[in-house]
Formats: sequence, C-alpha cells, structure tokens
Amino acid sequence: MTAVLEVRDVAKSFGGVHAVQGVSFDVEEGEILGIIGPNGSGKSTLFNCILGQLTPTRGAVRLDGRAVTGLRPSELNRLGISRTFQLLQVFPQLTVRENLILAGQEHKGSRLGRLFGARDAGLGAAADRMIDFFRLGHLAGEKAGGLSYGQQKLLDAAMAFMAGPRLVLLDEPAGGVNLTMLASLKERLQAINRETRATFVVIEHNMEFVMSLCSRIIVLAEGQIIAEGTPEAVRRDAKVIEAYLGH
Amino acid sequence: MIPARFALPLLILGALFLILAPVNLTDLGIPYPGLRRYGTYIMTLWLVTAIAAMGVNLIVGYAGQETLAQAAFLGIGAYTTAIMTKAGLPFGLAFVISGLAAFVIGIVLGFPALRVQKHYLAFVTLAFSVLAWLVFRNEQWLTGGVMGLTDINRPSLVGLSLRHHHNFYWFVLAIAAVLTFILWWIVRSPWGRAFTALRENPIRAESLGIDVRLYTLLAFAIGSAYGGLAGSLYAPLVEFIDPSPFALGPSLLFMLMVVVGGAGRFGGPFVGAAVAVLLPEWLRFAEGFYLLIYAVLVMVMMAFCPTGIVGLVERLLTAVRRPHADEKVPVLGEAKP
Repeated sequence: MTAVLEVRDVAKSFGGVHAVQGVSFDVEEGEILGIIGPNGSGKSTLFNCILGQLTPTRGAVRLDGRAVTGLRPSELNRLGISRTFQLLQVFPQLTVRENLILAGQEHKGSRLGRLFGARDAGLGAAADRMIDFFRLGHLAGEKAGGLSYGQQKLLDAAMAFMAGPRLVLLDEPAGGVNLTMLASLKERLQAINRETRATFVVIEHNMEFVMSLCSRIIVLAEGQIIAEGTPEAVRRDAKVIEAYLGH
Repeated sequence: MIPARFALPLLILGALFLILAPVNLTDLGIPYPGLRRYGTYIMTLWLVTAIAAMGVNLIVGYAGQETLAQAAFLGIGAYTTAIMTKAGLPFGLAFVISGLAAFVIGIVLGFPALRVQKHYLAFVTLAFSVLAWLVFRNEQWLTGGVMGLTDINRPSLVGLSLRHHHNFYWFVLAIAAVLTFILWWIVRSPWGRAFTALRENPIRAESLGIDVRLYTLLAFAIGSAYGGLAGSLYAPLVEFIDPSPFALGPSLLFMLMVVVGGAGRFGGPFVGAAVAVLLPEWLRFAEGFYLLIYAVLVMVMMAFCPTGIVGLVERLLTAVRRPHADEKVPVLGEAKP
C-alpha cells in the first residue's frame, strides 16, 4: 500500500490558541479515513491546513510523496485534491449541470483553449453521468439555489468528484441531511470508492454515519490525536469516551 | 431570459433599426426623415457609453467586483488616441494601443481586489480615478491641462473619410457590434462561468481549481480595456477632450448605468447607457428639473426593481408566459399562500 496523503507534525496556532498541535498520519490509497472529535478539537483547522486555506505554523503535507505545504487551494485541486465544505457551497445562480461543469472545467485543456472552445468545456457528457450517478436527473436544468438542502448537499458532493480526484476531503457531509438522503449519500460515496479507488478523508459528527462508512478512524481532542484504529476499537477506547463525555 | 426563438428576429430587427437610424426613408414611402447631425451624435455617444458600461458590467455584474474608475479608463483611451493621432500615427494603431494600455493598467487596478472587497475596493478604485484625473488636469505638456486637446481628427477607413457624422456613426456601430460579440462570447464561455463563480463564492471557486486571483485580474483587465476602447472612439467623436468627462462623477454614472440597466445581464449596459445618455435629451423640456426627475426615477426603480430594467422586463415576460406563476411557485423561504 502506498500513502496518498502524508501529514507530518502539522501544527497551527492563532495567537496564543494552539488549534492543532503536531498531528501526523498517513492515508492509504483507496482508504476511507474518518476524523472525529468534540467541537473545537481542531478538525476543521487541520483540514484547512491540508487544503491550503491556512498555512500551518509548522509541519509538512505530502501528496503522493510530493511536498505540497503552502500551495494555494486551486493549485492543490489541480494536483488532485478535492473537497466539500461544512456549510453548503454550491453556486445558486448556476444550474445543477453548470455547477458540475464548473467543478471540472479548470482540469480540461488550457485556459486559452477554454475561452475559444466549447461552452461546456467538453464536460457535458461527464456532467450528465454525474447527475445520473447522484440521481439528480430531474433537476439538471434547475438553478442550484432552488434545490432542497439535501439535494444541494448531494450536488456539493458530486462537484467534488467531477475532476476525478485522487483524494477527497469531506467536511461534515451528513450535517443537516435527513435519514433517507443520508443513506443515499453514503451508498453513493461507497460506490465511488469501490469504482474509482478514490481516497476519502471524512470529518463527521454523525457517529452512525462515520462508523459505517470509514475503515479507520482518528480521534482528535485539543489539537492532538488521542486514538486511532478501526471503528470498533475507537468506540471502546477509554480516552475517546472521556473526551466525548467529559470526566 | 428572452425566449430563444425571439432572440434572433429581435437581434436582426434591432440591428436594422440601428443601421437605418440616420437614413432619410421618406423617398421609400416611409415617413421617417432620419436623424440629423445632433441626433446622430447622441446615438454615437450612446454606443460609446454602452461599450464602456459593458466593461463595468463584466467587472461588477459578472465577476462581482467593484469599480469607480471606468471614466478614468475612458480618459486613458481618449488621451492616448488624441495624442497619437495628432502626432500623425494611424487611428487603428492608436485604437489598439488605447485598449492595450487600459488592459495593462486594469491589471494593476485589479491587484487591490485580491486583498479588499466590496466598498473598500470601491474606495481604492475611487482613489485611482482621482489620481488619473489629476494627471489629465496637471500634466499640461502631455494632456493640455484644463484647456484640453483640440482638433482631434476623425479617421478614414480604407480611403473613406469618416468625417461625416453618418459615416462615423456606422463606424462606431460596427466596432460596438464586434466588441459586443466578443464580450458575449467571453461570458458564455467557461471563462464567463468562472467569473460568475468568482462573484457567487470565491472560496468554493478556488477549491474547484479556479485560479481566483487570475480571473479577478482578467475581469479588471478586460473590463478596463473596454473603457479604453470606448475612450479611443470618444476622442474623435467629440473632436475635443478636456479632463472633465473623465472625473469621478462620470465614473459613478457608469456604475449607475450598470445597476439601472441590470447588473450581470447582458443587455443591461445598453439600456443603462440609453437612460444616462438619451433620457436627459428627452427630459429637456423640464429644464432645471431634469436631474431631479432622473434621481427620483432611479430611486423608485432601485426600490421596486433592484435587478434593473432588463431584470424587470424578464420578470414581466415570465409573468406574461405563466400568468399564475407567482401563485403556483412560492419563492424559497417565503410562506406558502
């Protein structure tokens, strides 16, 4: 097994607040890794350090063995890292289909080529396949702003896969999604993982969802890893129970 | 949006109307005497203004940035063209250089937009606008200062003189048509989609591989270049330039045109420019009250139709096509009737 993502001793401080304090872990190809932890444990800050939204105070991030620390989000995306956000992030004035084309267009051809080439940047068919895959067919021509919350969540996830990424970081994909939609989201994520061997890292508060989706789980508390292992092992870990339930 | 089946006939009709506007049709049995010298001048001014407003629409309406400096770019184009043609250089070259100069300076103006947003950005562009105006006014050796530059000749096109107001009008109309087509192509290409993404959610756009910095600079560069090209046509149109049309006030007016016409709507700048250039002519009977009427009109429109005139027309068209649309489809977030 080769590590797609290597995180080495990453730390991030905001003034006197040490949000992340020297976190190291690897993510293997095709793996679905979960990151859990109480509110304020540093999960989102860690994500933002990996994704170039924040520059870590120290430490290194490597993608396929290549150092990528400090690269901008758009550069990381073009290297194959994709993400979803905790809060909904679709483009409300664009249609579902256009949202998906937008999510893939910067990976196709040259910038000048895109100016003079086809309006859909040659991604129309791929967008339609993704729409079918996420069962959004009846909404393809609708503006994303008019979709229900759950449908927008599905679109958000679909956009993360448009460019065929090596690694996808999902920040609370289940947040605010109803049970039916949640089952559908999980099943679709597992299907993509099986079919494309894409590697996932998932931050999630919904234990049911994360335990059934992920093969390995890292638990963060106060900016440090306090436990790591299979869902069963983590569930029984005394330190994890203490971190979640208090003393 | 106007339905696709109406778009082409409307476009052809509009083009025909614009081409024939200055022609006397009474000999053909149509009781239309054609526009005279002043009417043609106003129509040409409308086209030039619309070109500059199209640039503002790209920056503000599509890419979601702010600019209060378009009149300064108009000035950069106008002075560049005036100085070059007076030095004996061909107009074609001056036109291209005017656009290029505004493009490059537009990139420079775009850099603050990478750090500040909204009204802070508006203030930065406002400062640039004042700076440019001071250069136009104070650098007498180059710009003639407050006395301006006189005797700017209209160019000729492959031996045909464009001195006559009809010829110059058609020349500007042709250039406006080409520039309109180019901008239409840009906004419907993947670039246009990236500009929209920039406006709606720059952080998400960046995470999808869209180089937000580059597209921001591109929007400023292309939008400002349209200002420069409009200025290059403005100089030979009025044949005399001084710093006053390139001050802060006219820059604010360009922003107003885009908002009144419909920001982010392709036809918006043409309608907005018509309101700014043609409406004062129609309100001449009101003499001193015209500005007052104009201001009230704008305020009423902003209060009841913030999407501009084009947005209002789109809404009416939708209502006509689906008479009970409002009752059937409640707007998201609003209580159902």
